[in-house]
Amino acid sequence: MLPNRFFRPLIVAWLILLAPASWAATTLVAVAANFTKPMTEIAAEFEKSTGHSAKLSFGSTGKFVSQMENGGPFEVLLAADETGPQKLLQDGLAVPGSEFIYALGKLVLWSATPGTVDDQGKILSVGGFKHLALADPKLAPYGAAAVEVLKKMGLKEKLQPLIVQGENIAQTYQFISTANAELGFVALSQVIDINSGKIGSGSGWIIPNSDYTPIRQGAVLLKKGVENPAAQALLDYLKSAPALAIIKKYGYDLSK
Amino acid sequence: MLTSADFDTLLLTFKVASISTALMMVLGTPLAWWLARTSSAWKGIINAVVALPLVLPPTVLGFYLLVMMGPAGVIGEFTNWLGIGTLPFTFAGLVVASVLYSIPFVVQPLQAAFATIGELPLEAAATLRASPLDTFFSVVMPLAKPGFLTAIILGFTHTVGEFGVVLMVGGNIPDKTRVVSVQIYNHVEAMDYSDAHWLAGVLLVFSFTVLLTLYTVLKTQPTAHQLK
Amino acid sequence: MTNPIIVRFRLDYGAFQLAVDLSLPGSGITVLFGHSGSGKTTLLRCIAGLQRAQQGYLEINGNVWQDSERGVFLPTHKRPLGYVFQEANLFPHLTVAGNLQFGLKRIAKQSNTADLQHIVELLGIAHLLKRLPDCLSGGERQRVAIARALALNPQILLMDEPLASLDAKRKHEILPFLSRLHSELAIPVLYVTHSQQEVAQLADTLVIMEDGRVQASGPLAEMQSRLDVPLAQDRDAATVWQATVSEHETDYYLTRVVFADGALSLPLVDAAVGTPLRVQIYARDVSIALEAPTATSILNVLPATVTGLADDHGGRTVVRLQVGNQALLAHITRKSALLLGLHADMAVYVQIKGTSILN
Repeated sequence: MLPNRFFRPLIVAWLILLAPASWAATTLVAVAANFTKPMTEIAAEFEKSTGHSAKLSFGSTGKFVSQMENGGPFEVLLAADETGPQKLLQDGLAVPGSEFIYALGKLVLWSATPGTVDDQGKILSVGGFKHLALADPKLAPYGAAAVEVLKKMGLKEKLQPLIVQGENIAQTYQFISTANAELGFVALSQVIDINSGKIGSGSGWIIPNSDYTPIRQGAVLLKKGVENPAAQALLDYLKSAPALAIIKKYGYDLSK
Repeated sequence: MLTSADFDTLLLTFKVASISTALMMVLGTPLAWWLARTSSAWKGIINAVVALPLVLPPTVLGFYLLVMMGPAGVIGEFTNWLGIGTLPFTFAGLVVASVLYSIPFVVQPLQAAFATIGELPLEAAATLRASPLDTFFSVVMPLAKPGFLTAIILGFTHTVGEFGVVLMVGGNIPDKTRVVSVQIYNHVEAMDYSDAHWLAGVLLVFSFTVLLTLYTVLKTQPTAHQLK
Repeated sequence: MTNPIIVRFRLDYGAFQLAVDLSLPGSGITVLFGHSGSGKTTLLRCIAGLQRAQQGYLEINGNVWQDSERGVFLPTHKRPLGYVFQEANLFPHLTVAGNLQFGLKRIAKQSNTADLQHIVELLGIAHLLKRLPDCLSGGERQRVAIARALALNPQILLMDEPLASLDAKRKHEILPFLSRLHSELAIPVLYVTHSQQEVAQLADTLVIMEDGRVQASGPLAEMQSRLDVPLAQDRDAATVWQATVSEHETDYYLTRVVFADGALSLPLVDAAVGTPLRVQIYARDVSIALEAPTATSILNVLPATVTGLADDHGGRTVVRLQVGNQALLAHITRKSALLLGLHADMAVYVQIKGTSILN
C-alpha cells in the first residue's frame, strides 16, 4: 500500500509546480516536404519569441490530408498547394477563414553537376541526358508545375520517355543529387544557398514565374487545434516579419 | 474497376516477381546450403548480412541502392564498365533491388530445411555411391521440398508486396518500373480511394490465396514436420 | 592366413586421439568392441571415408583406399563398401524398394551386383517393399538398411552398432538374420558394438578398443578367455565353443554335441545331427572341483587344467581353464579359490551348470 497521506499532497504540489509550463502549449504541425528547411528555422524562432513550441511532421500533402480525414492528430497544415486546405475545409475538418497562402513555391531545373544546366534551360531542348526527374504531377504541385513548363516549351512529348518520377519533391531531389538522374525539377528551397541567395551546388535554372501557374502553398487551422493557443499562435507567427524573412531567404516568393 | 494502367502494373509486378524469384532460388540455394553446413567464422557475418533487409526500413535499403547503383556508386561504376549503364529507373534495376530485398525470405526457409535434414541422409547416400551433387538432387531436394516451396512462395509474394525499395530506385515509369504497390500508393496519395481499393483488393486476394495454398500443401506433405 | 584388410590410422582431435594399426581377416565377422568413446565408431567412419584421418593407410583386398603419404583418399561414394548405421537411416521419401534400388542405380551396369531377390529373402523383407520407412518398425527398418547395404555387393560390410537403437525384443528379431549373414556372406564384416551378447553371437575375430587404441585383437575364443582384457572380468563374461550335434536323447529332452575335446549334454536342440552350433558358457555357470564329483545333478563335468587366475579385488576370482584345446572361464569366489588352493597347471574338474545356443 502507498502511504497515501504522505504521497497525495506531494503529487498535488508537483502538479502545481508543473502547471506554468503547460501554459506554454505545444502544437502538432504537418508540413509539406518542400518547406522542411525554412519551417525548422521558423519553429525555432517561434519557440524563442512566444514560449510555445511546434512539433513538425514532414511529408506529402496528399498523405497528410488522408491521415486527417481518418482522425490524424495534426492541428495545423502547411500544404504544398491550395487544394489540400480546400479539401479539409469541404470535409468540415478545418476552421473556415483560417486559410491563407504562406508562400509561393519556386521551381528550379537542377543538376548536381556544375555546368550541366544553363541559366535558360536550353539543355532541355539540346538533350544529352538519360533521365529527367520530376515529382509525380498527380501528387505534387511542383511536379504539375514542371509538366506545365515542359508543355510550354513544347518538349513534353519528346522528353516523356526520359521522365522518372519521385513520389514527392524530396525523393526527386534524391534522384538528382545521387546523379542517377542527370537533371530534374525541384523546389528552389531545396537547392538554395541561404547565405548567397543563389543555387548552392551543381547548376540550375530558376524558372521564370510566368512559365507556370504559381505554386500557392496554403496553410490552415484544423478544428482539432481550435482549443490550442499554440496552433493559432503559430499561424499568426507565420505572417510576422521574422518568419517572412526566413521564407524569403529560402527562395520563396511571398503572397501579395 | 481496374483500369488498363492498373492491369499493366499487375502484369509488370508478376514479371518482376517471377524473374526475381528465379534468380533468388539460383543464388539463394547454394548460399543457404553453405550457411546450413559451414562452421566457417564467416557464417555469422553472412547470416547477418542476409537478414539485414528484414530489419532495415525498405526506404533505407532503397536509398543505399540508389546511391550504390548510381553513376558514382560501386555497383554503378561496375555496370557502366560493363557497358549496360546504371540500374536505377530500369527493369533490371528493379529486379536487382527486389532480389536483394527479398533474399532472406528465400535463404532462411531453405537454410532451416537444410539444417533439419542433417548429416545422416547425406552420409547414407555417400555409402550408396552417390556423389555430393547427386546427393543434393536425389536426397536433399526431395527432403527439403517444403523448404523450397516456402522459399519460392515467400520470395515471390514478398516481391509482389514490396514497395519502399521500388519507390526509391524505380522512378515510377509506366510499363517499366511502376509496380502494383506503387500504383496503389499513388491512388491513395491522389485520393482516388476507389481505384486504390480495387487494386489493393486484387493484391490481397492473390496473396491470401497463394499463402493459403502453401500452408494447405505443406500440411499434407509427408515431410512437413521437417519444416521449422 | 593372409590378412587382406590393412588399417592404419592416426587422428588427433585434441581431447580424443585415434591410433590404430590392424591387420584383419578377409572373411567372417570382425567385431570392434569397446566402451563408448573408445574410438570404435570413429575407426569405422575412417574406414568408410566419412571421417578423414590426418594420417592413414587403408587397403582392402589389395586396393588402396587411403594413403596419406601419397595423397590418396578415395571419397566415400567411390569406395565399394556397404554401411549400416546405428539408426537405419533410410531415405524417408523413398519406399523400401526405392531405398534398395538407390545404390544399384548408381553402380556401373557391368559390375557384379548381388542378387537382390536373394537378399530380400535372406532378410525377410519381401512383404515390405512398397512401404515407406515411416510405416516400418525399428527392426524392419534396420533389416532394410542391411539389405540396402548388401544390394551393392560390397567388398566389405561396415556395421555401426546396428542393434543399439532397438529394444531387446527387436534385437532378438534381428540377431538370427545377422547370424545367417555370417554363414551366407563371403565378404568380411566389420561390426561395431559394446554388447557382450552380440560379440558372443557374431564374432569370429574380436578387436577390443580403449581410448582410441587397440587393446587386443585376435580370434574370439582366444580373446574371450584372456585375463588381461576386461572381457573376462565382466559379469556376463563367457566363452563360446564351436560344437556339432551328435545325437538326440528325446526321452530326456536332451541333445548331445561334440567338440574337439569332448562332449556336452544340452537341453533338446531343434537341429539335425551334424549341424554346427555356437555354444556359449557363462563364466558364472562354471564351478570347479578338485576331484571328479561322483554324485552330482550336473551332467556336464569335464576334466580341465587351470591356466591362469585373476583377482578382481571384489571377492571374486576369474579362473582361466583349458579343456583340451578349448579355453573356458569360471567365476568363483576368492574364498573358494584360496580353499581349493588353485594355481596354474593344476588339474581340476569343471562342472557346467548351464549353456546357451547362439544360433
